[in-house]
Amino acid sequence: MIDPIFLVEAAVNGLLLGGVLALLALGLNLIFGVIDIVWIAYVDLVMICMYAVYFLVQVYGWPIWIGSLAGVALGALLGVGVHVLIISPILGTAPMNQLLATGGLLFFLQSFATFLWTTDHRSIRITLPTIEVGGMFLSFARLIAFVVALLVTLGLYLFLRHTYVGTAIRAVSQDRDAMALMGANPRTIYVVTSAVGGALAGVAAALLIIQYSVHPFFGAAFGPLTFMICVLGGLGNMLGAFVASFIMSEVISIGGVVWSTEMGYVIAFVFFIVMIFARPGGILSRRV
Amino acid sequence: MSSRRVIVGVLLAGLLVVPFVPMGGMRQYVLHVVIQIFIWSFIGGAWSLMGRFGLGSLGHGAFLGLGAYTTTLLWNFFGLTPWLGAVIAVLLTAVLAVVVAYPCSRFAVIGHYFSLVTLAVGEVVRLLIIAERDWTGGSLGLTVRPVGGDSLVAIQFADKRVFYYAGLVLWALGLWVWHRLDRSMARSAMEAIGEDETAAASVGIHVTRFKIGITVLSAVLTAIGGIAYAQYIAYVNPDTLAGIGVSLRIVFAVVLGGMYSLLGPTVGTALTIALAEVLRVVFGVSYVGMAETIYGLLLIVFIIFLPSGIYGSVRDVLRRPRTAAATATA
Repeated sequence: MIDPIFLVEAAVNGLLLGGVLALLALGLNLIFGVIDIVWIAYVDLVMICMYAVYFLVQVYGWPIWIGSLAGVALGALLGVGVHVLIISPILGTAPMNQLLATGGLLFFLQSFATFLWTTDHRSIRITLPTIEVGGMFLSFARLIAFVVALLVTLGLYLFLRHTYVGTAIRAVSQDRDAMALMGANPRTIYVVTSAVGGALAGVAAALLIIQYSVHPFFGAAFGPLTFMICVLGGLGNMLGAFVASFIMSEVISIGGVVWSTEMGYVIAFVFFIVMIFARPGGILSRRV
Repeated sequence: MSSRRVIVGVLLAGLLVVPFVPMGGMRQYVLHVVIQIFIWSFIGGAWSLMGRFGLGSLGHGAFLGLGAYTTTLLWNFFGLTPWLGAVIAVLLTAVLAVVVAYPCSRFAVIGHYFSLVTLAVGEVVRLLIIAERDWTGGSLGLTVRPVGGDSLVAIQFADKRVFYYAGLVLWALGLWVWHRLDRSMARSAMEAIGEDETAAASVGIHVTRFKIGITVLSAVLTAIGGIAYAQYIAYVNPDTLAGIGVSLRIVFAVVLGGMYSLLGPTVGTALTIALAEVLRVVFGVSYVGMAETIYGLLLIVFIIFLPSGIYGSVRDVLRRPRTAAATATA
């Protein structure tokens, strides 16, 4: 029998991981909601940004927060680049082609990272204290990541809700044809959305690099999980994705402690498959 | 029509004599590449049976892995001949396909959702293989237990020519299935379902039955391809036979070739394998990752500039003048 304190610790760690997953899911969901494309390579962009933060901080000795901001800027830049170079030429083609083009990007980023930086695991060596709360040991890095992720989520919410561009983004995700008639250019909105989605990837990268070491196949660990969270929450549904991130991170974290890491993922994926059949429109949708 | 038959006959005869063409020391290598093309074209063809009707599965690695690992484990631990192992593997795959396809068609899980659900299925199989490492060797993979010599019972042969002819038969079988389906009523029904499920159901097409049928057919053929590959390479690995990586590679090859034509998957697979081999030979082990980098880059470029696939695009260009002449006379 497992000591209950480990379960509680796993639950808390799951909660903290959920914050960062939520960020990833929101970025992907925003892009899907507006442009109607799933960026298969989204988490690989995060991987590139993680390398950027790693090199700036560990090799060039930048302060961590400036390095992180640079990572966010790079993320936004990459987001625009992906949209302009890859997505926008194939906007009108079959959905499978769009999916595969970003799949090709996944192969490209993974192997280019292998080529440039080899498969070594790299991590930033900053020592952050561990906090002891009632017999549990919580990493301070995870706590920071959780708080920042929530703040950025709140910022995203305010941006979408209370700015002109944010309103336009929401409008396009509701009806792109009508939006064009209202005098907004969907193509501009697409670029802005990609930049915001990329910047979210940058934020996630800065928060992940202080907890995990980065390697070229980092995206393979978090990618499938992120897609599943988005679908579980309902593709394009922001609140759903937010809730789903915490459900999935709890399942993985607790399952990982009770059985093994792989079984934690297996249970999470099976749960996802079951939920898709129980609620095809996402966990927050009404049953039709 | 008769001229087409002649061309097909000449091509087949050419393929039959390939193993006896004098190629010096290159023979083993050329045969190895062609065998891989046969097997993966067969698998790509199996995928396209679903893909062309809008069922874009990103989880065919699940069926591939289930097939390959079932026969390999049965042979390694119980000494069951892969012939019987394949039967069991095919049955298991069919069950998995129904388990996936039934709810998907009942609850109208289509488009992006279908792709992502199947992607999850593929990852579940990959992670289960890794998690059960006591049996499966985890991510290190598993070698098919050798019998030391040629054996029909174990499907192990030292001579690549045996696998070449087996691969050729398998490939032709895949084309035959594709052709039969293309000519059948099921094709019209599936196309209608792909266009609009509700409309298809309203004219009396049994949507669930057709979808499950096509998924089971596609999954079973994929599993057979996986078994063939495992027997040929004599080694199974969760990353090369299950999960998102191999699933994406299958889809890439098919989309690159063109999934709406008989030879599309073959052309695409041949090109991607040839490309991978050329890049591997050029870069060797000196620049790790460079070959894959260029591979990924070319895939993006191909998809942007040839959206209907290479074979599809070429055929469109060739056909255009002929159809124009036909409409002029009519």
